Amino acid sequence: MWWSSLFTDMRPSDFLNFSFLPKYGTAFVRGIEYTLLLAIVSVLLAVIPALLLALMRLSKVKPIKWLAGAYIAVFRSTPMLVQLSIIYYGLFYAISLPRLTLFGFVDISRFIPGVVALALNSSAYVAEIFRAGILAVDKGQAEAARSLGLSNWQSMRLVVLPQAIKNVLPALANELVTMVKESSICSVLGMAEMMFAAKTIAGSTGISLAPYTLAALVYFCINYPASKGIEAIERRMRRGDKQ
Amino acid sequence: MATSNNVLISVQHLVKEYNHGKVHALDDCSLDICKGEVVAIIGPSGSGKSTLLRSLNLLEEPSSGAIFFNGTDLASKAVDIDLHRQKMGMVFQHFNLFPHKTVLQNITMAPVTLKKKTPAEAKAQAMTLLERIGLADKANEYPNMLSGGQKQRIAIVRALAMEPEVMLFDEPTSALDPEMVGEVLDLMRDLAGEGMTMAVVTHEMGFAREVADRVVFMADGKILEEGSPADIFDRPKDPRLQDFLSKVL
Repeated sequence: MWWSSLFTDMRPSDFLNFSFLPKYGTAFVRGIEYTLLLAIVSVLLAVIPALLLALMRLSKVKPIKWLAGAYIAVFRSTPMLVQLSIIYYGLFYAISLPRLTLFGFVDISRFIPGVVALALNSSAYVAEIFRAGILAVDKGQAEAARSLGLSNWQSMRLVVLPQAIKNVLPALANELVTMVKESSICSVLGMAEMMFAAKTIAGSTGISLAPYTLAALVYFCINYPASKGIEAIERRMRRGDKQ
Repeated sequence: MATSNNVLISVQHLVKEYNHGKVHALDDCSLDICKGEVVAIIGPSGSGKSTLLRSLNLLEEPSSGAIFFNGTDLASKAVDIDLHRQKMGMVFQHFNLFPHKTVLQNITMAPVTLKKKTPAEAKAQAMTLLERIGLADKANEYPNMLSGGQKQRIAIVRALAMEPEVMLFDEPTSALDPEMVGEVLDLMRDLAGEGMTMAVVTHEMGFAREVADRVVFMADGKILEEGSPADIFDRPKDPRLQDFLSKVL
């Protein structure tokens, strides 16, 4: 064929050459677990700072509003890899972490900087989710609470936030899906998550393609059903609101 | 005109501006409301009547002027408005019940949170109020299960649970289906009969004529005429009021 010269000796079957699995299957599964751990812990850690940032953004006090705005702008306008590198080589160069291993495969000295970087990044995005959720609660709700004599914070805590959080749960779950994907960047710094496992397997077996295909398949099998599930819940919630 | 010692709310030269003074939502409004008095505020839409009412508990911050409530100027920055709002119940056009709380929780939340009552006391009071409006069986339901008229009556008793000195009504029947207007007006009529001080922004001219002690007519952010219902409805002087009445009556 005329186009065969464009390719090396790669065959289509190379995409699915999973012969490394018997030997490296465990390493790969640990990579999956590491990825899920990174994503879940980061998003959970991001929730409280994000809520704080959202409330700061909605504050009437200009410097507070500006500070939160600046934080969000910086984290949303610079690449994740750059943030991760600065936090890993900068912040955690200054703070020395113990050489501990959790569950037998999570090395604290790498995991914590990674989680902190992902959480700081995620909190900027989740803050905007919360802010939109708070603004979406009808103004009359806060007015009714304030007219009964509740303070600004009481009305926020008892009336506005419970409704806002219910509204943003699907968006929060979507952030988790994003984090499962984004956390692959941590492989660059030697965190043993799924992408790193694929890279290591490719390097040590010489099977240069199939480990990545498998990683792609696993990412897809986690994220696609998750986002479909979120959509279904969102649809049901909307139906519930209408009644 | 009432004597000053039983004046509960005194609005003096109230101005509300938008867009750096280009729009005057309220233009030098002065009004006294006495204890036990029912004041109806009428006027075409956009006349500033809701803005005036919402200024009374500072949901709208006035640009200048004073609002004396029990002798305290609420417009002053030093005043803790939350404390005064506890004594001023407010009822909204769109009810604004809290959808994530049951009917009972809607009523007990403020008295319990603000430590006016223990949870048990607040619950007992809420049940008494619900029995009074015939909705005790709805105590544990969520607002989305109720009709508009039921929601508004619950919004009224939610405000009453704080034992306010005055009730402010912002077009309380405007969002209701016609067949539900009566039940809400009946409850308001009862309240007036018990001597509650009330300020009511309304389009229900029949209610204003029958229940109000005094009717205030507003247009273009100004109070153009005020007087007894008989004066306002039968002997209107201001041409704007005559024109308004010819359209709504």
